[in-house]
Amino acid sequence: MITTDILIIGAGPTGLFTVFEAGLLKLKCHLIDALPQPGGQCSEIYPKKPIYDIPAYPEILAGDLTDKLLEQIKQFEPGFTLGERAETIEKQEDETFIVTTNKGTKHQAKVVAIAGGLGSFEPRKPPIPNIADFEDKGVEYIIKEPELYRNKKVVISGGGDSALDWAIFLSDIASEVTLIHRRNEFRGALDSVEKVQELKNLGKIRLITPAEVKGIIGTDKVEGVAVEQKGKDAFIIDTDHFIPLFGLSPKLGPIGNWGLDIEKNAIKVNNALDYQTTIPGVYAIGDVNTYPGKLKLILCGFHEATLMCQSAYKRIFPNKRYVMKYTTVGGVDGFDGTRKEAPKAVVKAIH
Amino acid sequence: MQDINIKIIDRKGDVHEVVAPTDMAMNLMEVVRSYELAEEGTIGVCGGMAMCASCQCYVKSTHELPEITDDEDAMLAEAFHVKSNSRLGCQIQMTPEMDGLEVELAPEI
Repeated sequence: MITTDILIIGAGPTGLFTVFEAGLLKLKCHLIDALPQPGGQCSEIYPKKPIYDIPAYPEILAGDLTDKLLEQIKQFEPGFTLGERAETIEKQEDETFIVTTNKGTKHQAKVVAIAGGLGSFEPRKPPIPNIADFEDKGVEYIIKEPELYRNKKVVISGGGDSALDWAIFLSDIASEVTLIHRRNEFRGALDSVEKVQELKNLGKIRLITPAEVKGIIGTDKVEGVAVEQKGKDAFIIDTDHFIPLFGLSPKLGPIGNWGLDIEKNAIKVNNALDYQTTIPGVYAIGDVNTYPGKLKLILCGFHEATLMCQSAYKRIFPNKRYVMKYTTVGGVDGFDGTRKEAPKAVVKAIH
Repeated sequence: MQDINIKIIDRKGDVHEVVAPTDMAMNLMEVVRSYELAEEGTIGVCGGMAMCASCQCYVKSTHELPEITDDEDAMLAEAFHVKSNSRLGCQIQMTPEMDGLEVELAPEI
């Protein structure tokens, strides 16, 4: 069991900044994120895109913003459970919460802050009518264990980096790798595209473009896929696995079943006070919440995180007096023993 | 700057005739959101960077649209339910030339 003061669901910019504001109040944080790396959409969708409305940064790349936030919170030593999706929440008799992930990791905290953005990133599933019947029976949307494919026949579809990279990787493991894409052009990094070309020339990857997988064939497991290629009659490729890699899209997911008030795919909160949800002790901040006038902006998430932490402090220490302290005055005392502070003014007499 | 009239068929098949401003640098995806013609969180997921295809629509009228950029083309190459008249709404700017545009929203992804 991982225990902490504030359990943050979502390691995007709002979740990360929460660690800083909590740290100033000497509250420890742990973050859960379905993605394997922190940064949320900033690292998953648009790391190389510039953002122009982060105060005091005329321009900053989304990936750099993530790096800066990680640097800013480092001394507060946040814990991370990455690559796992928060699945259930249970309130305990002592008013704490236990949040369990899809992999069974349990976290206990006095306060839960949902900073889940648009939800957890789930693989986009192609609209093939019988695809759901073959999930985990030869259809995998995410490659978890490459060894599964050793000496097997594999068909990958998609045209981005993950399709290219896995086609390259599996060409050494699988007995046969077929890559199917709707276009002749691929969107991935240039060296990946060139590598696939090279492997194709060597006969290690079979490339079928412009084409699409339209059906799956098999009785209890995948035995083949039906392919439509432009200008040709539909044909079948024998395969043991079909791996559609069409990127990820965010879905609110299990959080939607936590008994919270959901409106417009977002969690309703009390914006007049502290961004608390209808469950006392559970807050929702950043893009995942909604209230009259809500704007899904990173800078608004930072503000919401700050007010939420003050409220969390009062909840955790109901009888302890505190007033907000400016970092310029109080400095920053890290949990790792470091201290940042403004240099002392030099007082020297003039004679 | 003039406002323009746009016809939007939502995902349920309902037809909406809406007025869009041409002086706010708005795109079609944003017009859909401003009239709440698709549920929040199911359209404009990436914010309008041609990176998610949640605003895919089918263009029903014969307007001369802005050319498809490489980004949009690559995204459409990986989107689902794509037809020959598919475009990403976020890449269609609301300009006076778009007056009378008719589009249908593609199914939710």
